[in-house]
Amino acid sequence: MMKLIFEITKEDRRSVRLPMSTIPSFNIPKEYARGQRPHLPEVSKIDLVRHYTALSLRTHGVDNGFYPLGSCTMKYNPKVNEKTASLVGFTNIHPLQSAQETQGALELMYDLKTMLCEITGMYDMTMQPAAGAHGEWTGLMMMKKYHEMRGDTQKRVILVPDSAHGTNPASAHVAGFDVKSIPSAADGGVDLEALRDAVGDDTAGLMLTNPNTLGIFESRIVEMAKIVHEAGGLLYYDGANLNAIMGQVRPGDMGFDVIHLNLHKTFSTPHGGGGPGSGPVGCAKRLAQFLPTPNVEKKGDTYFLQHDNEDSIGSVKSFYGHFLTLVRAYTYILSLGADGLSDASRIAVLNANYMMARLKDTYTVPFNGLCMHEFVMTAQKLKEETGISAMDVAKALLDEGIHPPTVYFPLIVKEAMMVEPTETESIETLDHACDVLLSIARIAKEDPQQLHDAPVTTVISRLDEVEAARNPILRYSISL
Amino acid sequence: MTGYIPHTNEDIQKMLDVIGVDDIDALFLNLPDAVKQKGRLNIPEGRSEIEVLDRLNELADKNTVYKTIFRGAGAYNHFIPSVVSSLASRSEFLTAYTPYQPEISQGILQAMFEYQTMICELTGLEVSNASVYDGANAAAEAAVMCMTRKRSDIAISDAVNPQIIAVLKSWSKASGAQIRIVPQVDYKTDMDAIAGIMGDDCAALIMQSPNYYGVVEDMQQASDITHDLGGYFVASVNPTSLMLFQAPGEYGADIAVGEGQPLGNPLAFGGPYLGFMAATEKMMRKLPGRIVGQSHDKEGRRGYVLTLQAREQHIRRERASSNVCSNQAHAALTATIYMAAMGKRGLYDVAKRCYDNAHYLKEQLCKIDGVSCNYHPFFHEFMTSGVDGKKLNQKLSDQGILGPFEVESSLLWCTTELNNKDDIDKVVSIAREVMT
Repeated sequence: MMKLIFEITKEDRRSVRLPMSTIPSFNIPKEYARGQRPHLPEVSKIDLVRHYTALSLRTHGVDNGFYPLGSCTMKYNPKVNEKTASLVGFTNIHPLQSAQETQGALELMYDLKTMLCEITGMYDMTMQPAAGAHGEWTGLMMMKKYHEMRGDTQKRVILVPDSAHGTNPASAHVAGFDVKSIPSAADGGVDLEALRDAVGDDTAGLMLTNPNTLGIFESRIVEMAKIVHEAGGLLYYDGANLNAIMGQVRPGDMGFDVIHLNLHKTFSTPHGGGGPGSGPVGCAKRLAQFLPTPNVEKKGDTYFLQHDNEDSIGSVKSFYGHFLTLVRAYTYILSLGADGLSDASRIAVLNANYMMARLKDTYTVPFNGLCMHEFVMTAQKLKEETGISAMDVAKALLDEGIHPPTVYFPLIVKEAMMVEPTETESIETLDHACDVLLSIARIAKEDPQQLHDAPVTTVISRLDEVEAARNPILRYSISL
Repeated sequence: MTGYIPHTNEDIQKMLDVIGVDDIDALFLNLPDAVKQKGRLNIPEGRSEIEVLDRLNELADKNTVYKTIFRGAGAYNHFIPSVVSSLASRSEFLTAYTPYQPEISQGILQAMFEYQTMICELTGLEVSNASVYDGANAAAEAAVMCMTRKRSDIAISDAVNPQIIAVLKSWSKASGAQIRIVPQVDYKTDMDAIAGIMGDDCAALIMQSPNYYGVVEDMQQASDITHDLGGYFVASVNPTSLMLFQAPGEYGADIAVGEGQPLGNPLAFGGPYLGFMAATEKMMRKLPGRIVGQSHDKEGRRGYVLTLQAREQHIRRERASSNVCSNQAHAALTATIYMAAMGKRGLYDVAKRCYDNAHYLKEQLCKIDGVSCNYHPFFHEFMTSGVDGKKLNQKLSDQGILGPFEVESSLLWCTTELNNKDDIDKVVSIAREVMT
């Protein structure tokens, strides 16, 4: 059993010392002093190193193997990004140094926002939001302010397709909107008739990801934009799937008014085990006045932070965003350039279609036709025939060193498996994954129990998640 | 094909054949012609790694890096042991995503479980989540945890970091809740004003200690007043200070939040940092964001999973009370390794050194004619007035020192364990020069 850091702790063992100081000791006022000191670990350097090295070896990242987790764009995270993000000129600057002393940082942020605006067809952008969901909320608050300033206080409803990412309705609710779900049509796109029926005086906007979560491009987007705009609503673009369309089509040209990006997806910054990400929000000119403050601007050859903007929705985060994540994304865009970004999207789409073509006769694909950068297949038939579910398939993949696709999402497809290979994977990697998936389907028929038992090669087998939620143990109890 | 794409022309042709299309353009036929990108993006051509490094070094060199820093105000310059970044930057940690598949994510899950335990220990509270975006968003999420239909307004002290108040105000525009400001007197929250402002219909009081001006507040008294009024008490705290000063759990806080940056994360021009959140067991199911719990597999082996996810957006969707779907996992991992490296004694030494340095600096500065100080208890930050900040900071900067932060016409000073007596004496002598 892997021990916790607290279980290798020994009292009075220490590994870090401060230099001697000639400054006298000052007393801490008794009435404010802490009673019992917190029980933090006490371990030696070598034990510390071994402990966290062991934990890293029990963690699967993109660097360990194929990671086709749908809607998460687990592409290669370039090492040069890490090198630039660790330059002392970036890591050791205080956020409250003057603009004059931080021109390099401000120039980087300004350049990055200019390039991201070009890629997406937006007028201006904020780098503040910490993640995609945070960006959604920020964009929605801007939309809210837009309607308020126009006196359209009845615009309280955000329309969300039933295929949307779960964060879309959640962000709309948290931003104080009512949420109305729009059903999908038989081809997997938004049902135009249903959209027409749903819009009205109360429509604040429509949130859409395009391509949608089924990996299908919403080809009726121009009509959809028209319907929403004619009702006085705004179009919000969830940038989770931008990796499909860079250099091919821009959200701004499709009619989107507000967008968020996920720099940790499309722009190769590491996911870090679940953050920090970065979710810049871009907008059309008519919404620019509502962007969060401060925003980075340029005057002549000088960059500065604009704090004054009375129409702004205010700050959504301390300081200016995840600066070191911005450094990585900037490094990536400089490395790829215009053609490289376009190639990335084209090959991402090629890779997804290739895997789909190889798998669609075995795992059903609910909507026919080509896909974009990802596709959804289902284990429903497999489950009916053999009892093997999408979860069993996922667990069997773990035994082969492959991270499973996103399972049970989107909710509109039963036993869904959402596969996003990304452009950085070779044909050999894709072929191997396809071979494994096809062989799992064979085993399902011959020896289903083997798959119910999976995974068997991992450090632990399936965990009792029900028990974990019913009787939560959320910390180690330090017994003294 | 460019940099990170492994495909040969032959690969591409083979794949197109399997798909059954002639070329890659055929995969994009669903895109309406009217909106399709016509030319190339107006972005420079891709560059080699050598050129990219040149450009990034050029930008980094345009920033002024100070060796000696006397500025805090929400971002603190602490020593980070080499072992911290060395371990945290292991690429398994860096390139993994949210641990949806616990069997191949036990490492990051266990690290988060250790993080939660350490945050509980620091704050003296019973449960912690796996972190949120930053200290300001942690405070806003805590406010949401306290709101009920009957009590939706939030009181916050004017002595809280203005960035936290600003973010809270942005949040409040979503729900329509009012933010009521409790005034400060001489950099300290006015205790006598709390009851009148909160009344019996306020959901919570948010106080910060040490507050924005460095003052250690009377949290026990504020907590008691708030509870008497039927509200929740939310403490925003500096994690390092908790080695010396009363923990939120000791003065009865319902929720503790704070900026976790001082725990091993660099200044980095403001981010990424992490917000920590801990609460009483009673509030456990309201805690937003990722939470890791302990469980076991069929063989009875101990393991860790993401838990209490029913609260989250994948299930509640349009009724969710929070839309947070990631944490600051890597920043939290960094904080975990930092706390383990410093250890119980090491982190205490850091806190005490910060404290002693700041008290020595203040003592010396206050001896200078014309410099005035307050005499509230403080940790490692304090205010002075009477000095021309612009002039002082220019002189300090000329000596390679980042001076105090100007707050209106006064100065907010900060010391950490990275300042030594020579630095402090030098600053004092420069301040003396400016005053004469």
